[in-house]
Amino acid sequence: MKQFSWFNATALTLGFAFLYIPMIILVVFSFNDNRLVTVWAGFSTRWYVELFQDEAFLDAAWVTLRVAFSSSTIATVLGTMAAYVMVNGGKFFGRTLFSGMIYAPLVMPEVITGLSLLLLFIAIGLDRGVITIVLAHTTFAMCYVSVVVSSRLVNFDRSLEEAALDLGCTPFQAFKLVTLPLIAPAVISGWLLAFTLSLDDLVIASFTAGPSATTLPMKIWSSVRLGVSPKINALSTILILLVTIGVIAASITSKRSIARALRDEQMADQSA
Amino acid sequence: MTAAVEFAPWTDPTETPLIRFERVVKRFGDFTAIEPLNLSIYRKEFFALLGPSGCGKTTLMRMLAGFEAPSEGTITIGGRDMAGIPPNKREVNMMFQSYALFPHLSVWDNIAFGLKRGDMSKEEIAARVDDMLRLTRLDRFAKRKPHQISGGQKQRVALARALAKAPKLLLLDEPLGALDKKLRQDTQFELMDIQEKTETTFVIVTHDQEEAMTVASRVAVMDNGKIVQVDTPPKIYETPNSTYVADFIGDVNLLHGRAEIRADGLASLAWAEGATPIKGTAGEGLQGGEASFVIRPEKVTITASKPKDRTNVVKGKILDIAYLGNLSTYHVELPGGQVLKAQTANNRRLSRRDFTWEDEVYLSWTDTAGLVLAR
Ligand SMILES: Nc1ncnc2c1ncn2[C@@H]1O[C@H](COP(=O)(O)OP(=O)(O)OP(=O)(O)O)[C@@H](O)[C@H]1O
Ligand SMILES: [Mg+2]
Repeated sequence: MKQFSWFNATALTLGFAFLYIPMIILVVFSFNDNRLVTVWAGFSTRWYVELFQDEAFLDAAWVTLRVAFSSSTIATVLGTMAAYVMVNGGKFFGRTLFSGMIYAPLVMPEVITGLSLLLLFIAIGLDRGVITIVLAHTTFAMCYVSVVVSSRLVNFDRSLEEAALDLGCTPFQAFKLVTLPLIAPAVISGWLLAFTLSLDDLVIASFTAGPSATTLPMKIWSSVRLGVSPKINALSTILILLVTIGVIAASITSKRSIARALRDEQMADQSA
Repeated sequence: MTAAVEFAPWTDPTETPLIRFERVVKRFGDFTAIEPLNLSIYRKEFFALLGPSGCGKTTLMRMLAGFEAPSEGTITIGGRDMAGIPPNKREVNMMFQSYALFPHLSVWDNIAFGLKRGDMSKEEIAARVDDMLRLTRLDRFAKRKPHQISGGQKQRVALARALAKAPKLLLLDEPLGALDKKLRQDTQFELMDIQEKTETTFVIVTHDQEEAMTVASRVAVMDNGKIVQVDTPPKIYETPNSTYVADFIGDVNLLHGRAEIRADGLASLAWAEGATPIKGTAGEGLQGGEASFVIRPEKVTITASKPKDRTNVVKGKILDIAYLGNLSTYHVELPGGQVLKAQTANNRRLSRRDFTWEDEVYLSWTDTAGLVLAR
């Protein structure tokens, strides 16, 4: 193994400090017993208590959760279907173009995605509210899901599906009974990713939300403009916690169980 | 015990075949994998497809199972045209080359998988699965997952799963490819036993000519998308219809020359300047002209002195001796440079062997032992 040099240690420390010190400060000050955000006055959880008594914040939290849950679920269904067709659909006209186009929204600036969706909703006369945010989040989260799921599907042994067909399954049964259980870890990790993305999106939600629906990131943004309150720190701490859990869960399910499922699949083959 | 009636439905003109390929062609893009092909396979047959890699064996099987559609021609199974019928609607099951066991299901559930798609009751399914487990001697492994059993056991699970639905037709694509020789031989006999018990029609694909000869009622030898010969194992071995088949099945000696049909029905082949022409049985459709003489090494006798009672005698020098335990193969170089192989059984100790390197010997064979085939 390579020597762990002082240079490496310093670079690593600086890098991580740069990434995490702002968040650590935020978390620490969320427990500050002082109205002034930057002056420490002892430990307290009063801002958390206040936060949970604030109707406006609770409303926003409820909207956010609903949006995240529905958009990630729809995105998972659509994204999985798209990935399945792209990987297994055989040759059809424009396939390469389509699979390239699926990834386009990943690199599209959010402002543009948000703006174009806004124009679309206005054009078709859809009232902006929770529904429009769900639709917008579904649109971009779907790409992420399809990337995660198709990376699993390319390693999937097609003869398993053929075996299921051979044993009397309809194509849909074969998918439900054989393919889906085997790619489930990737699908779940796609869902978690979509959920997390929806949870912390501000730009697209701002474009597509109407006056009737405000998500948490939007609420935070608008209250910070009036001055940072310790309550926001508390809320952000909770969000950081949620997102961290989501990302860790996603990476654990994807890495571990995808690896395990792949290994089982290979070992179920004759070669082992 | 009464003498068994010989099983040979292909000789009976009143018998209708279970499977019939009629002028079937399969193309992938502009590549023709199967040339126009006709083939009949009968009920209860154990039919082997044999041929080099890439000759189209798997493609034929996949067309029977319904994973590929023929580009031209028709395939009928049990008198029914199979065009447009999806795999799940065919009474055909396939044992995959890779086994394709479902990794998330136990051995028991793998075997029950196909049965659950039908309208059998839970009790019937359980009884059938238990039968299959007993038949393939897997009772003890019912609860294990596929990754927890050995290669040979996986192979038996795949077989049990394909057999469970009692299909009319079972397709086996190189089922024993991954097994070692001993296990493979045991499994071959097991397969034959199961085939007899269940009276299912088996079509097996194999690379291994010995395997095909052991298990099959008939063997089809394929080359580049064409079927070259279909016959029983002894006939394929004894009377190949071409040098390709002769060369593919077992070991063979070849001599090239010009053939003539003799008055006594045999053929003679002028194979070298000044040498006496050699005689052999005339192959199908031989007219004379360019031809090859084909003889199996075990039909060539090797002697130190010139045998008096035989007309086919050639003289040569021992080039090499391959000792195979029960057999020895002598490679003998003829004056013209051709090398012939002669095989003898080793029923004596090695130290008392009659011949050694560089010895001058005579090779001889009877008039009907070899075949003269058109080229
Ligand atoms: N889906 C496909 N697209 C294009 N060509 C194909 C396809 N499937 C098979 N082929 C070609 O058809 C030919 C026959 O293939 P097939 O798999 O039937 O060979 P095989 O006799 O089973 O060989 P092996 O003994 O190696 O399994 C090969 O040349 C192969 O490259
Ligand atoms: Mg093959």
